[in-house]
Amino acid sequence: MALNPVQGGYPTTAAQITTRASLANVPTGTVEVPENTILTSLDAVVNWCRKNSLWPMPFATACCGIELMAVGASRFDIARFGAEVMRFSPRQCDLMIVAGRVAMKMLPVLQRIWLQMPEPKWCISMGACASTGGIFDTYAVVQGIDRFIPVDLYIPGCPPRPEQILRAVMDLQAKIQRGGGIAETGLPELADREQHVIELQQLGILPSARVERGDEDRFGYRLPGGKSLVGVTEVQ
Amino acid sequence: MTATAKPLDPHSATLTKLSERFGEGVLSTSIFRDNLRLFVPKSQLFSLLEFLKNECGFSFLSELGGVDYLGYPGWTRDRFQVHYVLRNLETNAFLVVKVGVTAAQATLPSVMPLWMGADWMEREVFDMYGIKFEGHPDLRRILMPDEFEAFPLRKDYPLRGRGERHNFPKLSRAQS
Repeated sequence: MALNPVQGGYPTTAAQITTRASLANVPTGTVEVPENTILTSLDAVVNWCRKNSLWPMPFATACCGIELMAVGASRFDIARFGAEVMRFSPRQCDLMIVAGRVAMKMLPVLQRIWLQMPEPKWCISMGACASTGGIFDTYAVVQGIDRFIPVDLYIPGCPPRPEQILRAVMDLQAKIQRGGGIAETGLPELADREQHVIELQQLGILPSARVERGDEDRFGYRLPGGKSLVGVTEVQ
Repeated sequence: MTATAKPLDPHSATLTKLSERFGEGVLSTSIFRDNLRLFVPKSQLFSLLEFLKNECGFSFLSELGGVDYLGYPGWTRDRFQVHYVLRNLETNAFLVVKVGVTAAQATLPSVMPLWMGADWMEREVFDMYGIKFEGHPDLRRILMPDEFEAFPLRKDYPLRGRGERHNFPKLSRAQS
């Protein structure tokens, strides 16, 4: 934890400060830490800011969305965790909550919205249907969104209780605090991303998200993986 | 009082008119509860619906749907049936017109000239069963994606599909 550095109260005397500074490998004698000052890393502060001001994108397609609304209301009050600013423009969001089953026809829209969200971004798959397809094991329903977009957290339940959603937000906050930094790519698993981008550029292929607009297909756009193969007879 | 067979038969006038216009033997009828059902050959379908709408007061197309009877026990008729549920808004009578469609020649005349409301219902029947409605101005899929090739409510289509839902591109962290 970044901003909870001192156990047993903040240092008050010069001796305490000196001791702590030496523990943190700060050269003593040259740096004097004033009163009411905390030493930490910039990444930790940035992560602390990010985790406490998540702006969710509610991708609510079914009854899980009702529970999601309950979380926003006063009894459960997701504002206690700093995530109350539901935005309906993906450009303003950094947390996508997929609440409900995703039909085959909806999946390109979901992927489109995910691409539109700026980094750093996270995704919660809420409920049995979004995570696994749930009871809808039919030709038209996607069996788990994690087959097609990255997911950080899964919430079980049909639908999950609001407390579970709050728990998921807290778990995600812990994950955000652990990972990433301003000079990096947002999450530890993104470490390979820069390399990937460089490789693509060397091959003369721009990263997909950058050519996303203007490359049109069925819904007025094309997804990075190429044309979908709907209708091609291929059993998994 | 007991001598009257059906004192409140709501369909007797309609049946009389129909037999006058189309003659005997063209239609077969059955009655379930108070709904009259007419089984019509495909060639007579449009003129019969037109007659029902204009002459018999069944001015409202309440529902248009399809059924696949593949594998139905004891079924000897055509594989598909399309039914038109008509409503007489003055007498509140329902009337169901059914027509059989074979898989080999799955076409029907569109009733869009009679009821504009048949537009999406015919598209849905086409989407789910592959029955083509000739004369429909815009017969596209309405529920499934445009490039979907199968007709998923046909009984020989597997419930879990043929892998269509697995074939989308995957977005990785690196790509997004």
